Amino acid sequence: MKNYLDYLKVNAAMGRISRREFMGRAAAVGVTAAAANTMLAEAVHAAGPQKGGIMRLGLQGGSTTDSLDPALATNMVALMAIRLWGESLTELADDGSIQGKVAESFSASEDAKTWTFKIREGITFSNGKPVTAEDVVATIERHSDDEAKSGALGLLRDIADVRADGDNVIVELSSPNADMPYMLGDYHLAIQPNGGKDAPDAAIGTGPYIIKEAEMGVRIIAEKNPDYWGDMGHAAEIEILVINDNTARVAALQSGQVDMIDRVPPRTAARVAQAPNITLRTSAGPGHYVFIMHCDKEPFDNNDVRMALKYGINRQELVDKILHGYGSIGNDTPINASYPLYTEFEQREYDPDKAAFHMKKSGFEGSILLRTSDNSFPGAPDAAALFQESCAGAGIDVEIKREPNDGYWSEVWNAKPFCTSYWGGRPTQDQMFTTAYLSTADWNDTRFENEKFDQLLLAARAELDEAKRTQMYADMGTLVRDEGGLICPMFNDFLDATTDRIAGWKDDVAGQPLMNAYAPFRMWVVS
Amino acid sequence: MSPVIRLLAQRISLGLLLLFFVSVLIFAGTIILPGDVAQSILGQSATPEALANLRREMGLNDPPVQRYFAWLGGVLQGDLGTSLTSGRDIASSMGSRLQNTLFLAFWAALISVPLAIFLGLLAVRYRDRWPDKLISGVTLASISVPEFLIAYVVMFFLGVKFRLLNPTAIGFRPDADIFAKLEMIALPVLVLTLVILAHMMRMTRAAILNVMQSAYIETAELKGLTMFKIIWRHAFPNSIAPVVNVVMLNLAYLVVGVVVIEVVFVYPGMGQYLVDHVSKRDVPVVQACGLVFAAVYIGLNLVADIVSILTNPRLRHPK
Repeated sequence: MKNYLDYLKVNAAMGRISRREFMGRAAAVGVTAAAANTMLAEAVHAAGPQKGGIMRLGLQGGSTTDSLDPALATNMVALMAIRLWGESLTELADDGSIQGKVAESFSASEDAKTWTFKIREGITFSNGKPVTAEDVVATIERHSDDEAKSGALGLLRDIADVRADGDNVIVELSSPNADMPYMLGDYHLAIQPNGGKDAPDAAIGTGPYIIKEAEMGVRIIAEKNPDYWGDMGHAAEIEILVINDNTARVAALQSGQVDMIDRVPPRTAARVAQAPNITLRTSAGPGHYVFIMHCDKEPFDNNDVRMALKYGINRQELVDKILHGYGSIGNDTPINASYPLYTEFEQREYDPDKAAFHMKKSGFEGSILLRTSDNSFPGAPDAAALFQESCAGAGIDVEIKREPNDGYWSEVWNAKPFCTSYWGGRPTQDQMFTTAYLSTADWNDTRFENEKFDQLLLAARAELDEAKRTQMYADMGTLVRDEGGLICPMFNDFLDATTDRIAGWKDDVAGQPLMNAYAPFRMWVVS
Repeated sequence: MSPVIRLLAQRISLGLLLLFFVSVLIFAGTIILPGDVAQSILGQSATPEALANLRREMGLNDPPVQRYFAWLGGVLQGDLGTSLTSGRDIASSMGSRLQNTLFLAFWAALISVPLAIFLGLLAVRYRDRWPDKLISGVTLASISVPEFLIAYVVMFFLGVKFRLLNPTAIGFRPDADIFAKLEMIALPVLVLTLVILAHMMRMTRAAILNVMQSAYIETAELKGLTMFKIIWRHAFPNSIAPVVNVVMLNLAYLVVGVVVIEVVFVYPGMGQYLVDHVSKRDVPVVQACGLVFAAVYIGLNLVADIVSILTNPRLRHPK
């Protein structure tokens, strides 16, 4: 019987018999449907990628106002569109380390101030022209130009000079940075002919697909780039469909209109996973939902008030009720195990006695105003209400003000002293801390100004010894945790789902949702 | 000049004046909204430099009155301007969306209007008997449930559970053949029909019942005409005016009010287009959409007025 099953598996995996036929014949020799399903999935995976077919993605976040210019990408659909046609110099490896992409290799000078990237030999843009070091230089120039509206502008601020030298691109930094290659892996920085200075939204790059049709906010259709240098990209055609409504996205997946979706709502994720032809894919990431206090405004300028509120939040309850278990508890730093140089701290728990103690010590009396809105993170108003309740348990009065979604990011976040928000996280500690905790950062949304922290951050950048850097980041984490304005109750998992029409998923790939947005290229159509 | 033509000219010029005021209102409304377009485009990831650059580039530093008249001048010459966010020509990008919306509205109207009127006649014919009560009950129930809930329910049962129809319209392509397109919009048309049926049906029923009290109906009855013939030949023509009014209101709703249905079924129509641009503060697009919607609304009401005038001898020949 085992031989017969193996025979069936091979045939099914190769597509010689249909899935339905496999299930029927397996059932005939006494294999349960669930077991047969698992067997089939394993066999399909083992058979390796199959070429051809159309893969359809239902993604959230696209808008009619999007552009194909990679500098302006702000959402998952725009990111996925860039992944189709373009590639950056470097990319995150599955374990969160950095590896070359358009750059074959890279190296740093002793002081980590001068970086050399060697351009991969023999790769071409989809218009047939070879990729040169000049194209890379022009790309970096375009994105670091103040006139450009690039989302990567902030990352490139420390670049003093970029120049081409044969096959090499040499980047000079104004201050040392050991994480430089991570920055050039940012998805905005897809390498374009002449840096995209001539036609920023032409969507010509070195990626595995070529965009055939793009109607923004509706669909993007791309076909395989026949000259692609790498081994990604198995489907002959990929269709990205923008489905912003949660229910519609799930229904489209369940009925087979699409093969893969992102952002499964946590509330219904367990039910979605029950469907026989659907697999829920959860992966832990650096994204976190936060309550942020301005350390320079009353009453939050008193560290005891901040500590009282940190002890007044019930983290486990928020993970259970807001994330429905799809996440992990936070510890008042923006860093979790998904970061490369992570050190674990003692977990801070809900402690009404300590909260009351700190509040009393601060001398502050009265109520604390917390602003929230639906779009600050999914379930934010409910989370605020739970926080209000747990604080009441410590005798702290929290007042909730519901703000409109419209204008929340311009009027409330980074403007009002206490509100709910979220962070998508960054690939390295340095980027996360530089973006939001350095005292001079534009998005220092907790107004955290700590001289020691700033010094450590700059020192860590120049430090190439990993053990020493790890210790520095641990010290910085402690500073944020015990003195900062961040209350971080939870890290949210990415919740994606795929049908069994496609195979090849890999769990826990670092970076963005959907296997760092490489899922459509690393997975393949089964039948 | 004949009084009818004068009346029509008066109506049309009033409509145009109204449209002008609406454009002022739309403009004022978009200025009052919190946040500005530069901030909305760049979102949370906006740095002060990028913001300042974008504002300058988009001319957001000009005074509002100047921006308004520049835009109005363009509109009068048929130029709706370019989108602030994508830089595309508004007239062409909105054109295809408007076509999609009109396509959906057309089929929903083609099914629901005759159906509503027929059901209304049927309800009058069997007044206070079980067909009347059944029709009223079902249509009232469907209008009372929020449209998105009906949409989710039919999506779940017809689309996911029994796999009879496509749960969403994501496969809709304007260049596909007509049957493929109809297959894609089957569920939205069904839901829209359910939503607007009751209003038109009830109005037809009430208007005809009103006429049925008249003496000439009694005469027709005494002549021995069948009940359905009396309703169709004698009562219905005299109750066209109120029915047309309600039908036009519902047609206007089909064009300007189906945002929720478009979002739920992922249909690439005007509603989603407008919402995307409102949230990005793309003022020229929002104004153009607002103006088109207002024109559709005013235009359809104008048609209703004109039909009422033409079908009513008392209005056609005023003393």
